Amino acid sequence: MAGPKFKTGLRLMSGNEAVAEGALYAGCRFFAGYPITPSTEIAEVLAMRLPQVGGFFLQMEDEIASMAAVLGASLAGAKAMTATSGPGFSLKQENIGYGCIAEIPCVIVDVQRGGPSTGMPTKPMQSDIMQARWGTHGDHPIIALYPDSVEEAFWETIRAFNLAERFRTPVILLSDEVVGHMRERMFLPKPGTVSIYNRRKPRREPDKYMPYEGGAQDVPTMAAFGTGYRFHVTGLFHDRTGFPTNDPAIIESELRRLHRKVDRGYNEIMKWEEFFLDDAEEVIVAYGCTARSARAAVKRLRLRDRKVGMFRLKTIWPFPDRAIRQIARRAHTKLLLVAEMNTGQVLGEVERAVAGKCAVEGLQRLDTEMITPRQLMRALREG
Amino acid sequence: MAKCKLEIRLAGSGGQGLMLAGIILAEAAILYDNRNAVNTQSYGPEARGGASQSEVIISDDEIDFPMCEQLDILLCLNQQSLDKYLDDLRKGGMLIVDSGLCADLPEGDEYKVYKIPFTALARDEVGKVFVANIVSLGAVAGLTDCVTRNSLERAVLTRVPKGTEPLNMKALAVGYREAAAARVDQPVGATKPA
Repeated sequence: MAGPKFKTGLRLMSGNEAVAEGALYAGCRFFAGYPITPSTEIAEVLAMRLPQVGGFFLQMEDEIASMAAVLGASLAGAKAMTATSGPGFSLKQENIGYGCIAEIPCVIVDVQRGGPSTGMPTKPMQSDIMQARWGTHGDHPIIALYPDSVEEAFWETIRAFNLAERFRTPVILLSDEVVGHMRERMFLPKPGTVSIYNRRKPRREPDKYMPYEGGAQDVPTMAAFGTGYRFHVTGLFHDRTGFPTNDPAIIESELRRLHRKVDRGYNEIMKWEEFFLDDAEEVIVAYGCTARSARAAVKRLRLRDRKVGMFRLKTIWPFPDRAIRQIARRAHTKLLLVAEMNTGQVLGEVERAVAGKCAVEGLQRLDTEMITPRQLMRALREG
Repeated sequence: MAKCKLEIRLAGSGGQGLMLAGIILAEAAILYDNRNAVNTQSYGPEARGGASQSEVIISDDEIDFPMCEQLDILLCLNQQSLDKYLDDLRKGGMLIVDSGLCADLPEGDEYKVYKIPFTALARDEVGKVFVANIVSLGAVAGLTDCVTRNSLERAVLTRVPKGTEPLNMKALAVGYREAAAARVDQPVGATKPA
């Protein structure tokens, strides 16, 4: 079916549609998935759009196979992604771990709904924060981003692909039912106005290629299967050739490199928003849909001369420890109020980062309804 | 001047076309009136029946919290949604009901109530019951000026299935006509938020 390669201009779009368009801009040409509410529109749009741009859409038999297909496509040189929600995210975890150790760039979108288990398909929760970090076993690094608007869903999807390619690692794009389903204005940029990163390819001859040699940046170059480079990929600990090893020294140094490549990228990966923080005494820490409520509450409280601000996480993992610690240390900061639709998954991280430098409280809601601005104002003893 | 933010809920049962109506309203505001809007929806698992509602916030400012907090306008296409959502309408807010499907209406002057038989008009006058959503959209816009008529017409034309454009334009015109008649009976100026 013929269609525009890139849609441009002003649109009314849902967050899920924006993720799909963002993926196409980033160069995603392969999607494998299994539909699940509230993420299905991402697959729906890409099923139509990928063939229009010469890409490939595949509905697999389940989420496990979808994740495996995404890894395979990426190894063959494609920018690849999948999209799911909590129950499917659980199933994908084994292969996400494989992607981490085999250093396979890809993007996994988790549009969060009520959980655990099948929970509540059509309502939001933010309870997969820790699953994004530790859903797969083993001591692995991970990058997770979380937009709070349709516009940002588009841009953060592009950033997710760029970071995946840059650091040769799976990147998780968190969203929630509200961000995924609400429709807002979206201005789609012209192609070429967006900066795109593509994985570094080897320059050496195929017979001298070392698929897991970190080099100066700790990120190995990546050859695509089928381009004359033959290499071995495994979930076992491996040396720079890609073949399994049980040499303790190599195991430790390779695992250290895996973490170091992401640690060293802290400034590149980390992104947050400071809203009215210059003189804020009370700071709402929020992310995703809850940040929408926090922004409204801050504006209303500022009209009442309350010194309130918001710290919004856009990068969830690695956690912005340093940025939060720096805010906690400011003389005027008295309280960080962590608002989230879970039992305090980010609260604990904030407490760890703050290390007693200021008071930290949590505001949590578990009934699958959004935290309202009024609720936040009440928590700050106003309204 | 009206306040620059309007909170609108279009409520009824699944299959009445209110999800599409919400999208059309938001697109009219954003694409053609050059204003800001957010559209959210909630509905049950059924393809037809079940409670279904679409919210549209129209504003000249950024819209932070995307859900309605205090409705300015509530459209109800069945009694169930009226019973469920009336408490969310602010005092002095505008209640627009399908008078053929809602019998039990609030008494007193707490709300400005407009009664229009959308479904009957769609069936008997336009000729297709399924355009009741567009008839009601015309009435909502005609009563509130939340979007301009030209913008709404353009938004309807780009969203409805090919071949149904004349039918939907007729439906929209019927909605506007009913709104104009209702405005004569009961001027809307007093209902505009402070």
